[in-house]
Amino acid sequence: MTAASVPSNELSGANGARALLSVRGLTKHFPITRGLLRRRVGTVKAVDGISFDVMPGETLGLVGESGCGKTTAGRSILRLIEPTAGEVVFEGQDVRALSGEALRRLRRQMQIVFQDPFSSLNPRMSVGAIVREGLTIHRIAEGGAAERRVRELLEEVGLRGEYASRYPHEFSGGQRQRIGIARALAVEPKFIVCDEPVSALDVSVQAQVINLLQDLQRQRGLAYLFIAHDLSVVEHIADRVAVMYLGKIVELASAADLYREPLMPYTQALLSAVPVPDPEAKRQRIVLPGDVPSPAAPPPGCPFHPRCTHPRKDAACARIVPPLEEKEPGHWVACIKQTPTAIGWEEQQAAGGTLAPERFIPLESLHSARAAATGAELSGE
Amino acid sequence: MTQPLLSVRDLRTWFRTSSGVARAVDGVSFDVLPHETVGVVGESGCGKSVTSLSILRLIDRPGAIEPGSTIEFEGRDLMALPEREMRAIRGNRISMIFQEPMTSLNPVFTVGDQVAEVARVHSGASRREAWERAVEMLATVGMPAAAERAKEYPHQLSGGLRQRVMIAMALMMGPALLIADEPTTALDVTIQAQILELLAEMQERLGMSILLITHDLGVIAESTSRVLVMYAGQVVEEAPVRELFAAPHHPYTEGLLAAMPRVGAERERLAVIPGSVPPPTRWPSGCRFHDRCPFAWERCAKEAPPLYRIGEQHASRCHLAEEPERRAHPHEPVAASRV
Repeated sequence: MTAASVPSNELSGANGARALLSVRGLTKHFPITRGLLRRRVGTVKAVDGISFDVMPGETLGLVGESGCGKTTAGRSILRLIEPTAGEVVFEGQDVRALSGEALRRLRRQMQIVFQDPFSSLNPRMSVGAIVREGLTIHRIAEGGAAERRVRELLEEVGLRGEYASRYPHEFSGGQRQRIGIARALAVEPKFIVCDEPVSALDVSVQAQVINLLQDLQRQRGLAYLFIAHDLSVVEHIADRVAVMYLGKIVELASAADLYREPLMPYTQALLSAVPVPDPEAKRQRIVLPGDVPSPAAPPPGCPFHPRCTHPRKDAACARIVPPLEEKEPGHWVACIKQTPTAIGWEEQQAAGGTLAPERFIPLESLHSARAAATGAELSGE
Repeated sequence: MTQPLLSVRDLRTWFRTSSGVARAVDGVSFDVLPHETVGVVGESGCGKSVTSLSILRLIDRPGAIEPGSTIEFEGRDLMALPEREMRAIRGNRISMIFQEPMTSLNPVFTVGDQVAEVARVHSGASRREAWERAVEMLATVGMPAAAERAKEYPHQLSGGLRQRVMIAMALMMGPALLIADEPTTALDVTIQAQILELLAEMQERLGMSILLITHDLGVIAESTSRVLVMYAGQVVEEAPVRELFAAPHHPYTEGLLAAMPRVGAERERLAVIPGSVPPPTRWPSGCRFHDRCPFAWERCAKEAPPLYRIGEQHASRCHLAEEPERRAHPHEPVAASRV
């Protein structure tokens, strides 16, 4: 599907509301070069034409396994790496067209919190200097006013104001992640890319940081692009979820719909593979064969077809690139075998298809297991 | 009563560093029975990995296993064995797989050579025979086209396949005990599912015991039959897996279970354990969890709780075992006031 074919608002949750961020056909290809002359011998299609909207105050989860392109997508949106193609529109401004002062002004609105709280803070700068940097660069506050603002920000993320004079090594992982959040908040952004913000943290500390992010969202009306590989964390925090596989979005829906009835066979397998912390749960697990193929040599057609467990999978899946289609209201799925589909049966037969599309929902027992797990928790109270 | 395969008693592994003595493992006792999978769960710094390395006596200076610790395996006291005999046990009767297969494999040898080496070292097999057994083992652990892939180097394989190589090396000699230290933590969830399934299948086939160390309560729930919960260098709770999840006793275990977001659960605010794990050079006095505990009272700061037996197979290192009425009065933990 090309970027232009997706009308505005179609990929957003709330119809009619105006998106804060619109991404259309975003693409990032990295060249593979060889030899002294750095001859180009191939391309890694890290992000391959993805489209979505983020509404004001919303959390969009972006999930997928290592190498699916989710981190590259987040960084391309902020232009921390330059996208190869596509459109990124933030509050009506074309992000890719900006430079110099205009780009700097825009960066006040769009911030990022990184995964690793150990390498993302400069060890030679005091915590105060780290948080103050944005205030100075964007000329928000100076001198005593900046000092006061830094203390307020530290307190807002649950740290003591006097920590401003300390250095990052004096803090635990969870505390450092709070410092990283205070740094992002300093310039009063409307949108924050959270790139695996809790993956490096222990469970008990992870919960503290998730609650903090949710409190800040409520108080400040922030929108998040929440990139993570942990599906239970994403279900907890996201309003809508996009699933990536080999550089493409293969499913996009509200968190409730996606987790209740995933339609893309990849999402079905991914959700069934999450270990459930309940020894009584009866699990039906879809164990996928093989590994994720290299994004330098993605399979033709549907990128997932070599590992797909859809019973109607056939030769057409290896030929036709499935468009991201709205299979249920607000539930977008890239699969030509999940009905309904705009790729007609004749067209599929012409591409070698032998098995007509049919809706495939293998996870009913997973639902009942989840319901049982939740029930058990309630009765255990 | 079945004779335990492994019996650890009062294990203390301390590290004498410039900033003081880090009591990383501080009085840990447990048994592993034949054919069972025991889970060890806890957060970073709780001592779970040092415990597993201590069993194999893989502790380097400044760390040392303190005198008085005993590790009995197949009726032998491992602490008393000379290093030469210990080497004959490692990789043979007890083997281990680690979290990061890339750093545990040698990058300059083919994976087939590395699996074959195990057979050559431990059973004196010939080069050719060892290679054949390596290929067979790689096929057993699900390496596709094993005869071909055995000739590849670690960097040519994906993370999931590298972990299969590690498992092939670990199982080559048919060990009685496999120690798996976060074996799936570096892997994606779909690959994790493959590896957990493989471990269960191999256990069925070879009849070994598994000591599974992880921070992931989901992995614990799905793969183990008995669980040790560790905090601050000690076992704070021990129970059969169903009992642990249905009726956790120690406030730390309760806190861990409540802090986890779960697929399919209601989206409420997550419960948190305030504060963070203290450094191993300065464990708190009394109960090491008291300043993060919502039930702690004066006794907890003063008196270190023993591992109270609260059920046939259930033990908890918490004074609530003696004063259960205190559970009715939770309060803000001390640590909540200082992040």
